[in-house]
Amino acid sequence: MNVEQILSSFKATGVETCFHGRHINPQIYADINGSNWRLKDYEARGGYAALRKILGKDGGEGLTQDQVIATVKESGLRGRGGAGFPTGLKWSFMPRQFPGQKYLVCNSDEGEPGTCKDRDIMLYNPHTVIEGMAIAAYAMGISVGYNYIHGEIFQVYERFEEALEEARAAGYLGENILGSGFNFQLHASHGFGAYICGEETALLESLEGKKGQPRFKPPFPASFGLYGKPTTINNTETFAAVPWIIRNGGQAYLECGKPNNGGTKIFSVSGDVQRPGNYEVPMGTPFAKLLELAGGVRAGRQLKAVIPGGSSSPVIPGAMMMDLTMDYDSIAKEGGSMLGSGAVIVMDDTRCMVKSLQRLSYFYAHESCGQCTPCREGTGWLSRVVDRIEYGQGRPSDMDLLDSVAGNIMGRTICALGDAAAMPVRGMLKHYRHEFEHHIEHKTCVVGAYV
Amino acid sequence: MSSASKTPVQPLALSEATRARFAREVAKFPAEQKQSAVMACLAILQQEQGWVSPEGELAVAEVLGMPVMAVHEVTTFYNMYNQKPVGRFKLNVCTNLPCQLRGGQQALEHLEHKLGVAAGETTADGLFTLQPSECQGACADAPVMLVNDRHMCSFMSHDKLDQLIDSLRSAAPAAAKA
Repeated sequence: MNVEQILSSFKATGVETCFHGRHINPQIYADINGSNWRLKDYEARGGYAALRKILGKDGGEGLTQDQVIATVKESGLRGRGGAGFPTGLKWSFMPRQFPGQKYLVCNSDEGEPGTCKDRDIMLYNPHTVIEGMAIAAYAMGISVGYNYIHGEIFQVYERFEEALEEARAAGYLGENILGSGFNFQLHASHGFGAYICGEETALLESLEGKKGQPRFKPPFPASFGLYGKPTTINNTETFAAVPWIIRNGGQAYLECGKPNNGGTKIFSVSGDVQRPGNYEVPMGTPFAKLLELAGGVRAGRQLKAVIPGGSSSPVIPGAMMMDLTMDYDSIAKEGGSMLGSGAVIVMDDTRCMVKSLQRLSYFYAHESCGQCTPCREGTGWLSRVVDRIEYGQGRPSDMDLLDSVAGNIMGRTICALGDAAAMPVRGMLKHYRHEFEHHIEHKTCVVGAYV
Repeated sequence: MSSASKTPVQPLALSEATRARFAREVAKFPAEQKQSAVMACLAILQQEQGWVSPEGELAVAEVLGMPVMAVHEVTTFYNMYNQKPVGRFKLNVCTNLPCQLRGGQQALEHLEHKLGVAAGETTADGLFTLQPSECQGACADAPVMLVNDRHMCSFMSHDKLDQLIDSLRSAAPAAAKA
């Protein structure tokens, strides 16, 4: 075997993470198997019908831009990247009448620890992202788009480029799409190892060929985005949800979930479960059900804690989590955390919370872009203080110090990375303060050996 | 970049094939925004050269019509660009929390033991550079590692790590000549 063949043999196949048949009424992951990602397969399962529909190329009269936006608003679709901002509302912010160039950007810089859903969408169903972006571009009068893909998943970048070629050849991208007079060209671009580029304005800087340091907002991208032009940025999963909404109607999508929390959501379940993977379920599915889909906690162990929405979201104790449903409102209002990107990190009763936080705090210190002093300095402080507690050199005053440093970062930085670093610290101190105190007093964990 | 005692750095001579790959990336962006292709061009250069050298940065700067310092800013900001030569196979093992919960750290330590190097080092035969890495966005596949930036290897149990290293070792001499 040559090197290429050897490396290919260790590639993921999606069987464990996506084609396990354990989704509930999936829309984005419906009917995919790893070998039917191509355009003709996508068309065979109803793909590009939504684009035909809005352009009036399915025998109907088409939808106006306002109608498309109204449908998306009606669906209750909220941004799947982490912030949960209503998508239809975001689209309505785009100054459609602006005479110059406008841009559409897909944020596929999936690097929030715990999150791996967009990778499987783009690998196994890339055309749904392309179709969703084309529909968005039509609704906002945009003629050029970019999909910025996490640099670590290069296979996905190559796959997406191949899918783009297919879509261009079939007339779904380019000039005068399906003879409608609508023009939209889409390109793939990639990062190369910077968590911060998942922040939308850092992503724009990176797309402009610069280091990815976030911009101060306002102005927001809708008025000053890529190359200073009006730009709309959505997450991969958000775009991927759009074709279903157009085909089935906003109301039908809303009814899949809960009020104010429409549709399905893909949850990436990682950590101490029997079957880590992506699970697409209706918004509002009980966490207990999601855990069951993921095979439950590892054999012989008990649920201890869950980080419900990617590493930046505050931890929730397992017992509390078992009573929550997986939607923006339940996780935020009842759980005091965030649904975020839908990355559910499960920890069992053998886990030490100090050690867990230690790894996360190191991550934020490593990935701070250095632009804002509270984040650049503060993330380092957090990391060093948690380090010394873990290594048995903590001081009783460290508890207040952690809280004070976290408080001095939050709300004092240009972007949300600072808050993202501070929130896990505060969440851990809120629910597991005793473990930190035990570490400081006894120089050791409350749990046994960390495995 | 240069000093009185050193020969000034000369731009790397790019092959036609490399220029064509650059051109394909540049074509995605507006004519006056060629700089947007810098990420892709540096990644291409790294794939072909093994790292991003000062000579390579100069060549990219020339092609894209941007100051070499602006190229260097990009090289040094993003984790995956190699600012120094690395082994023939760069192994990046994710040790972030979701992976750590499923043996990411043990995978790194297993490789340290097997290769006889510490994380961050290169084996004496120049074949392997071992590094920890941050989240690769494949958390459900843990333990996960990247080989030479572009090849993700999933579910890397100790057995599979051994298989991978042994296979690469036996394939590498032939590959090096190719």
